[in-house]
Amino acid sequence: MNDIKVKVKNLSLRYGTNLALKRVSMDIPEKMVTAFIGPSGCGKSTFLRTLNRMNDLIDNVSIEGEVFIDNTNIYDKNIDVVNLRKKVGMIFQKSNPFAKSVYDNIAFGPRINGISNKNILDEIVERSLKQAAIWEEVKDRLFHSALSLSGGQQQRICIARSLAVNPEILLMDEPASALDPISTAKIEELIHELKKEYTIIIVTHNMQQAARTSDLTALFYLGDLIEMNKTEIIFSNPAKKQTEDYISGRFG
Amino acid sequence: MNRNVKDIIVESITGVCVLVIIFIIVSILTITIIGGWPNLNWAFLSEFPREGMTKGGIFPAIVGTAIMTIIMAVAAVPFGVITAIYLAEYANEKSVFAKTIRFAVKTLAVVPSIIFGLFGLGFFIGFVGKNLDSLLSGGELRWAQPNILWASLTMALLTLPVVIVSVEEAIRTIPRDMREASLALGATKWQTIRKVVLPGSVSGILTGTILAVSRGAGEVAPILFTGAVYFSSHLPHSLSDQFMSLGYHIYIMSTQSSNVDATQPIQFATTLVLLLLTFSLNAVAVILRYRIRKRAK
Repeated sequence: MNDIKVKVKNLSLRYGTNLALKRVSMDIPEKMVTAFIGPSGCGKSTFLRTLNRMNDLIDNVSIEGEVFIDNTNIYDKNIDVVNLRKKVGMIFQKSNPFAKSVYDNIAFGPRINGISNKNILDEIVERSLKQAAIWEEVKDRLFHSALSLSGGQQQRICIARSLAVNPEILLMDEPASALDPISTAKIEELIHELKKEYTIIIVTHNMQQAARTSDLTALFYLGDLIEMNKTEIIFSNPAKKQTEDYISGRFG
Repeated sequence: MNRNVKDIIVESITGVCVLVIIFIIVSILTITIIGGWPNLNWAFLSEFPREGMTKGGIFPAIVGTAIMTIIMAVAAVPFGVITAIYLAEYANEKSVFAKTIRFAVKTLAVVPSIIFGLFGLGFFIGFVGKNLDSLLSGGELRWAQPNILWASLTMALLTLPVVIVSVEEAIRTIPRDMREASLALGATKWQTIRKVVLPGSVSGILTGTILAVSRGAGEVAPILFTGAVYFSSHLPHSLSDQFMSLGYHIYIMSTQSSNVDATQPIQFATTLVLLLLTFSLNAVAVILRYRIRKRAK
């Protein structure tokens, strides 16, 4: 097992008075893929969004507990959320490229960090698109609108856009749930490649996807972390009956 | 009653309503064009009124309306856009402050335009102008009287709520996931607004402001007491000058003229010019929106 990258201690989250996460604790290792599974509304996406403080944007959310990334509590008062989000990239369920060219989408992050040198930007754009395995498909249409690409291509553009700001962690919120099987396979291959350099945390509805892509799997149910272990153990020999029931499709 | 009969009745009523609206628009256009077109020529557009305003053109009224519209836009658009950004992006929906602003904007939108005129008279001329005069020229009368600046600012107040509402709507059409995408890349809120929200809503902002401005261009009541004159022998060459305006010119020609019959051709032609002006502003808005939408695809 690799070193711990993210350490969560007793994290609870409320929407108003509704308790959506109940004292969740877990360790997420570096440069591995960790999958969160569970039925709709179990808190897995909410939990994912606490890791780059995306829930800060929603009114009425209150959070207790601690999340350490590289031994720094990201809910500490002195933390700059902007820097945190540069370090912890996020891929959303619905691909959301900006209504700009492919190039401008990828260069968005570097530009807001003040990089304006064209050669450097060109280099970052090419490198990021290659890393996201979409360079060959778009290298001749870098200045076409990103919205003219297919859904699967758009999602890889979004991944490339995240990579362009040099994150260390990538959060993926059901990144393939709106894609066809071929595009899904490409995203999964990409995840496999990316884990060599990045810590990846993926929320998925699709248990086969969790089994195929992840090293560790965590099952959430009604805001509780039920069980977390190596993926092969979760899928072959889970410790809890509830996990076995969910994996075999008896609930959820 | 038989269902089919009900259907027929509803269809007939809606059809009649549509016909009435079409009839009104067509009548306005036909009457104005028939009455105005023969009198519309270059001399009419480029000359000053002559012979007690029974002859000549409407050049100063066109220029006056144009200048007033520009000053109004310069004042209302930035102010309205900034307010709309605050309401759409920063204000907490439940805060008393945001609710107060919204209430004020809505109330402002339903205030009759003549009240704006009276407010402009009392505030800009009676208060701001008077104090400016005592500060700048020791009480000598310069700003404490109607002029094109006060008229334009009064008109800006009138169009402000329209600008705010339409810009806020345009900003709100940018989906939440676009903002999240930007923020997740480490953009600050202001970077997100500047690079994602405003570029994405620019067509809505432009059309909203053009429509607001074109409404203001034709208004008369707010400038009655604040700067418009029935005749001026020269164009305004300073902000403290009074000016002629198309809408006010029509009003003067049709009610105050010594010889209403003699000025009728001028009235029609002036009306036609005003209509063409507002229609072309609207057309610009439509074309802009179309082109920007096409480019975004």
